[in-house]
Amino acid sequence: MADTGLDKSLVPAHRYPGRLARMWDSDFVFNFRKSPIAIVAAVVTLVLILSAIFAPWIAPHEPFNPATWDIMSGNSRPMVPNEFTGKVFLMGTDEQGRDIFSTILYGMRISLFIGFSAVIFAMILGITLGLLAGYVGGWTETIIMRMADIQLTLPSILVAMLIFGVAKTLIPFEYQDRVTMWVLILAIGLSDWVQFARVVRGTTLVEKNKEYVQAARLIGRGPGAIMLYHILPNVLNPVLVIATISLALAIIAEATLSFLGVGMSPTQPSLGTLISQGQQYLLSGDWWILVFPAATLLALALSVNLLGDWLRDALNPRLR
Amino acid sequence: MAETVLSIHDLVVEIPTRRAVLRPVDNVSYDIKAGEILGVVGESGAGKSMAGNAVIGLLNRPAHIKSGQVLLNGTRIDNLPDEKMRKIRGKDIGMVFQDPLTSLNPLLRIGDQLTETMLAHLDITKSEAEDRAVAALEEVGIPAAAERINSYPHEFSGGMRQRVVIALALCAEPSLIIADEPTTALDVSVQAQIIALLKRLCRQRGTAVMLITHDMGVIAEACDRVAVMYAGRLAEIGTVRDVLTEPKHPYTEGLMASTPLASKGQKRLRQIPGSMPRLGALPTGCAFHPRCPKAQDACRMDPAPTLENGAACWFPIDTDQKVSA
Amino acid sequence: MNALISISHLTRIFDVSKPWLNRVIERRPKALLTAVSDISFEVEEKTTYALVGESGSGKSTIGKMVVGLLKPTRGDVTIGGVDLLRETDRAKVETARSDIQMIFQDPYASLNPRWRVRSIINEPVAARGGDTKGLAEKLLEQVGLSSEDASKFPHEFSGGQRQRICIARALASEPKLIVCDEPTSALDVSVQAQVLNLMSDLKDEFGLTYLFISHDLTVVQHMADKIGVLYLGRLVEEATPKDLFDDPKHPYTQMLLAAAPKMDGFGREVDPPQGEIPDPINPPSGCAFHPRCPLAVDRCKQEHPEMRHLRNARVACHLAE
Repeated sequence: MADTGLDKSLVPAHRYPGRLARMWDSDFVFNFRKSPIAIVAAVVTLVLILSAIFAPWIAPHEPFNPATWDIMSGNSRPMVPNEFTGKVFLMGTDEQGRDIFSTILYGMRISLFIGFSAVIFAMILGITLGLLAGYVGGWTETIIMRMADIQLTLPSILVAMLIFGVAKTLIPFEYQDRVTMWVLILAIGLSDWVQFARVVRGTTLVEKNKEYVQAARLIGRGPGAIMLYHILPNVLNPVLVIATISLALAIIAEATLSFLGVGMSPTQPSLGTLISQGQQYLLSGDWWILVFPAATLLALALSVNLLGDWLRDALNPRLR
Repeated sequence: MAETVLSIHDLVVEIPTRRAVLRPVDNVSYDIKAGEILGVVGESGAGKSMAGNAVIGLLNRPAHIKSGQVLLNGTRIDNLPDEKMRKIRGKDIGMVFQDPLTSLNPLLRIGDQLTETMLAHLDITKSEAEDRAVAALEEVGIPAAAERINSYPHEFSGGMRQRVVIALALCAEPSLIIADEPTTALDVSVQAQIIALLKRLCRQRGTAVMLITHDMGVIAEACDRVAVMYAGRLAEIGTVRDVLTEPKHPYTEGLMASTPLASKGQKRLRQIPGSMPRLGALPTGCAFHPRCPKAQDACRMDPAPTLENGAACWFPIDTDQKVSA
Repeated sequence: MNALISISHLTRIFDVSKPWLNRVIERRPKALLTAVSDISFEVEEKTTYALVGESGSGKSTIGKMVVGLLKPTRGDVTIGGVDLLRETDRAKVETARSDIQMIFQDPYASLNPRWRVRSIINEPVAARGGDTKGLAEKLLEQVGLSSEDASKFPHEFSGGQRQRICIARALASEPKLIVCDEPTSALDVSVQAQVLNLMSDLKDEFGLTYLFISHDLTVVQHMADKIGVLYLGRLVEEATPKDLFDDPKHPYTQMLLAAAPKMDGFGREVDPPQGEIPDPINPPSGCAFHPRCPLAVDRCKQEHPEMRHLRNARVACHLAE
């Protein structure tokens, strides 16, 4: 009954022509249009993701095909003609004459693929366990949430390294290169599910006591259907925010692992591997081999993170 | 004639949104005299709480007072800086909200909250304040007040908590109390107790009360005069007996007739069609005309007149006719 | 007249203890809250039975047990001749369950905000694999909305309109009984009248039976054919509205009626009722109302009064006459 503050029902209801126009006019998009940081972050993220996806078409060289390497063009400076071959490389080349720009594009492809896959894996695991813990309660909840607590006491990098180490000893040597990527996804995903589970459990606890859930129980809907069709759609907002921020963290985690030498191999380098290789050249003055991959990682992680921050504010009903 | 404590002149509260400027309170004027209880009644979205919040300077941004004046004991208070307003809120205006827990600090003993408020606003010593705190709790009907003074808010029941809030609101001897739905969360039997208490204390002390509620029954029991609000405007104002027995505005009349109390054994209730318009989509002319059984062309075109003869309506109900009918 | 619902000795006890470890450390016994205690009543077909009481009276708990959202600790709920707790034939229980629907108090929480109105209304039928073609549209028109509203989302409606959608959902599975848990207490007066009128109309049209739960005596007086007054989990009086309001027999009923605000009570100086509702975890001995009762004698403190017939009513009081 109290009508203090900004009640949503007080906001005028308008009639709009079409779905697109309605979306353009929605509070969400309006908020986006008014936030320069969000726009810049979105543009940078989009450009980086697109250039990673279309790397085979954009990249001037095939960095992982040894046949195209040109040892003579090794250690070229960026935008300076090579002293032997006279070729010009946008971001220079490394010792073996690989084009840095191309390796970054391909590296980003691997980094983003691992990041996205790890987050999706963590998301599915976290949402499932969170829904179960929140809706079923009792011992199920106790076990799941204690598992989450234990997980939180271990630094996620450590967990990832542990899983990676176990996988390395279990998998025969000749397959290791091929499965490294999947082990990384598993390792990063497993260290990341807790925040999804916690948020989903919290929201589920609130939603399950709402009357629409009781109405569904009343007509004989089982717990599975209620979790999937009724509660899940209502917990997705916070999940989306966490997923975005997790993506940035997953990319960094992958880079860290690769940098530490427990990630992608030099034959299939991710951004982290490139940085790891590049730092060896820093003292010899070939700065570009390190700086360009590092700057790319920074730009990617930062813009995704800023996007996540904005998303959190935009979806927070209390701030709207 | 008792002196006027609160006087509101042409108060307009606006909320700028990106699509339109909303007016939850539009040109509202009323006075409250010492010892008088003015009921402000309306349905959700009528702007009754917003008007109360504007008086005590507690509007949430971006809502703000656009124009008009609020005078407390003859002094303007609508343009005071926050610092001074905070002082006035404790000293000259007491507040009672629907949820007692919003007015009580959960971490402080209620005795400390009472003495602190008194020490801040009254010129008395600490031991005097402590004695007065016990007296204040006894006055609002809390049994074993001398012991309960050391309890925390969560140790009281809902009704008892609301009594504590009333004691707190009255302890600095304010000249005005604003009670926003003080009994809505309480059971019927407790509601009757709280209303009786509020009435008794304000009569004794000559405190003016603005009682904001949606419940016509509470208005009838507690108030001397009543202001009916609809879509941010005053629809009707007058003594409770006049407004409730001989409503002039069709909205008041419909509101009275649609309570089940008025059904008198009929199978169907009188109903007002439709619902309160949203602030961003107010109809032209009189905001009530789409729901009004008596609406004519004038009502659709021209905004309702200011309160002449007590009702903001082009065609107020002729009470003489009604009596004869 | 047949009894559609028959409730006997219904009891529900909640365990409100702290977690096991805290209990051990603080040396506290288990805390049990008897929300509903030994309640028996019958609701005849095509009538409205109202349960009225203040907070803690157990009225909502009874409603949830009738629709099957809560299991009774003791006692039986028989609906249409099927004992829902003991019947072993699952098909029979299913049919009986589909005859029961519920309308909730909060129209904002009772509709899934992510679902379109069409899916919300169709769900009770769709969940059982029934044909839902055109169903939502038809029902929307029956509750006074338009068939185009089916494609909208709940946030596009006002509180009263949402409650109409809830009613449409309740009607979808063609139930015989609708349990209404404070269906209008979140609504404004003018909208409340609309919803109450709609409910009366639908009752006649579909031959519905209502179990109407409310704290509002005026609404109950208007809607009910029979009223049961609850106090602290027990039925204290049962009578028709006329008998109850003209001749209240239990002192608690009398107190409630006196405390309810009256439209013509200008400046009424009443003695407000004394005391508050006791803690349901440690209810008073004997008659739970005796600490507040102006008539109470020693017997009331020791002996719990049984329900007995008194003129046209049933009342649980030693002294009422």
